[in-house]
Amino acid sequence: MVFEKDLNLDATELRLGLPGSSEESLRISNKRALPDMNDDSGVAAAKKCDQETAPPTKAQVVGWPPIRSYRKNSLQTKKIEAETSGMYVKVSMDGAPYLRKIDLKVYKGYPELFKALEDMFKFKVGKYSEREGYNGSEFVPTYEDKDGDWMLVGDVPWEMFINACKRLRIVRGSEARGLGCVV
Amino acid sequence: MNMNYFPDEVVEHVFDFITSHKDRNSVSLVCKSWYKIERYSRQRVFIGNCYSITPQRLIARFPGLKSLTLKGKPHFADFNLVPHDWGGFVYPWIKALAKSRIGLEELRLKRMVVSDDSLELLSKSFPNFKSLVLVSCEGFTTDGVAAIAANCRFLRELDLQENEVEDHRGHWLSCFPESCTSLVSLNFACLKGEINLASLERLVARSPNLKSLRLNRVVPLDTLQKLLMRAPQLVDLGIGSYVDDPSSEVFSKLKAVIQLCNSIRSLSGFLEVAPCCMSAIYPICENLTFLNLSYAPGLQGNDLTKLVQHCRKLQRLWILDCIGDKGLGVVASTCKELQELRVFPSDPFDAENAAVTEEGLVLISAGCPKLNSLLYFCHQMTNAALITVAKNCTNFIRFRLCILDPVKADPVTNQPLDEGFGAIVRSNKSLKRLSLSGLLTDQVFLYIGMYAKKLEMLSIAFAGDSNKGMLYVLNGCKKLRKLEIRDCPFGDVALLQDMGKYETMRSLWMSSCEVTLGACKTLAKKMPSLNVEIINESEKLESEQLELSFDDRLLVDKMYLYRTLVGDRKDAPEYVWLL
Repeated sequence: MVFEKDLNLDATELRLGLPGSSEESLRISNKRALPDMNDDSGVAAAKKCDQETAPPTKAQVVGWPPIRSYRKNSLQTKKIEAETSGMYVKVSMDGAPYLRKIDLKVYKGYPELFKALEDMFKFKVGKYSEREGYNGSEFVPTYEDKDGDWMLVGDVPWEMFINACKRLRIVRGSEARGLGCVV
Repeated sequence: MNMNYFPDEVVEHVFDFITSHKDRNSVSLVCKSWYKIERYSRQRVFIGNCYSITPQRLIARFPGLKSLTLKGKPHFADFNLVPHDWGGFVYPWIKALAKSRIGLEELRLKRMVVSDDSLELLSKSFPNFKSLVLVSCEGFTTDGVAAIAANCRFLRELDLQENEVEDHRGHWLSCFPESCTSLVSLNFACLKGEINLASLERLVARSPNLKSLRLNRVVPLDTLQKLLMRAPQLVDLGIGSYVDDPSSEVFSKLKAVIQLCNSIRSLSGFLEVAPCCMSAIYPICENLTFLNLSYAPGLQGNDLTKLVQHCRKLQRLWILDCIGDKGLGVVASTCKELQELRVFPSDPFDAENAAVTEEGLVLISAGCPKLNSLLYFCHQMTNAALITVAKNCTNFIRFRLCILDPVKADPVTNQPLDEGFGAIVRSNKSLKRLSLSGLLTDQVFLYIGMYAKKLEMLSIAFAGDSNKGMLYVLNGCKKLRKLEIRDCPFGDVALLQDMGKYETMRSLWMSSCEVTLGACKTLAKKMPSLNVEIINESEKLESEQLELSFDDRLLVDKMYLYRTLVGDRKDAPEYVWLL
């Protein structure tokens, strides 16, 4: 078998051995990638100098880090889900001709939520106090929880709220007396 | 009195007390008589490499076989280094067993390809079949699981761990007949699809012996509450979805029923979780011996720390690295009975947020004197830390360290980690399994060869300088059974130095090293008791390259060799060359 020296090895992804070495060695390999090297030690540099490809990003090293694919896929799925899935709930306002939908996940807390609702429905929420609910507003934000009960928004910690809230309803103050607000 | 004067039945009775596979194997080698007695009385067989023997020979030797454990693909298959159809098919085994008169009761498979047909045949062929455990397997769908549920009348255990299962939106759970009341263990956490919740409740209600139940992520909290009401005797619980409003009625009911579940010793899952609900779990934490939160990325470091503070009796902890070094400090001061710790990376590709470092490991080593098994993914490690760990812990049986940057040096001294790992092997004389990472030279292998006298399994990646490294290990580690190497400058000289060594081992894996095709051919020719396989997956294997590919100077990308009693396997795909 004739062994050509002038093969266009780059095109076929075959590589020669260590530069400067007298022996030539061939390798058929399937895009084996290098780990990223950020140490200055000469040992590592010398060890890896037979690779002619530029060091790719870490994510490209096949099979590294050594985590079972099942686990890797699991965590990636959750990450993607966490980033893309929303917590959409319907929002109705008394007197408004149609409902809206908002994603609770995009808000960090009650202030942001109220600002968004105020912008959306052109009203003011009023001041919240534990004893008296919302003061100084004709409108009161309420929500339906998982038990089907209508609750005043703002009593429980934010995280608890977003897990419990199935839909929002902004009620007119006159109807909201039972929820502890003073009109 | 000499044992030769005892009748066979007496000797057999003595052998009943010998249960470990190693001991029974030894017993069978003593003399012909003992070989015969042992083989007729043997009920449990473990086969670490399914290609080392054929099912026919197994059946011929052990007619009383009841329980079979089989492992298929090499370990590095877990990390996508082995193509899916490389091998490890269980069907021929089930087919052969079904044809025979073996009364199979238990089948445990790891890294094997399991088809729905295999599961169906299994379910219909063995009337006393009791236990199916599948770990890291693939090739089946929920239809196969349905067949097991439907046909195995005395099923006690169905345990699916980390398998890739195609989910056909399970009616599989509804396939358990009403007459099935024998379940002791049911684990379907790895299934992704919907199940019939009412069927699940009924199944649990009619399974009084149920001790272990691991749910998948579609099982919501209110179903969990109902299930626990039915099965307060559970010892092992895997929670699916754990999300609710803590002020709800359902949640109050859950809190109440959890108080009744005082047998739970093992807790896992939390595949979906709302951290504010975790307080309901605290009452059972006191008695936990195993806690696995490695699939619960919804829990932050604080949540984990708060939970762990209640787990004073913990022996095994699997957790994500978001617990942080400080969190590990809390583990160290709380969990004095800890024997096994596994810290997994929550974000394997994010090098910026160093969640755990050498500090966490040092704290654990100082606080947990019983630690004997470690799997630790971290962003950096120092020699000083490893030396401290080696001083604090001398009982390690398994020590696996994975530094996420594969060739990272000691960040403080910029030195390789040879001295650190050297200290570990020197002080842990019972070490059986070791995985190395970080910047390493031949020196670390010198230490391993010198001190790791009980070492059975070694995993090496991106390490060493020359053939000497591999030779130190092959010459020094007399008990070595499995050696797996990737991306190291080890070549023909090391491979061929002591070919007989491989007959004392289960297998050797070398990928992206400096081994040539010629050397592999030589080895295969000289050692007929070994199968030497070359895996060449390159899509570009065009005819021009094929010619070159028969050149003995070619560096092979992946080589897997293993000892066998039955020669070349007949089921290899075309890109696997059997030399």
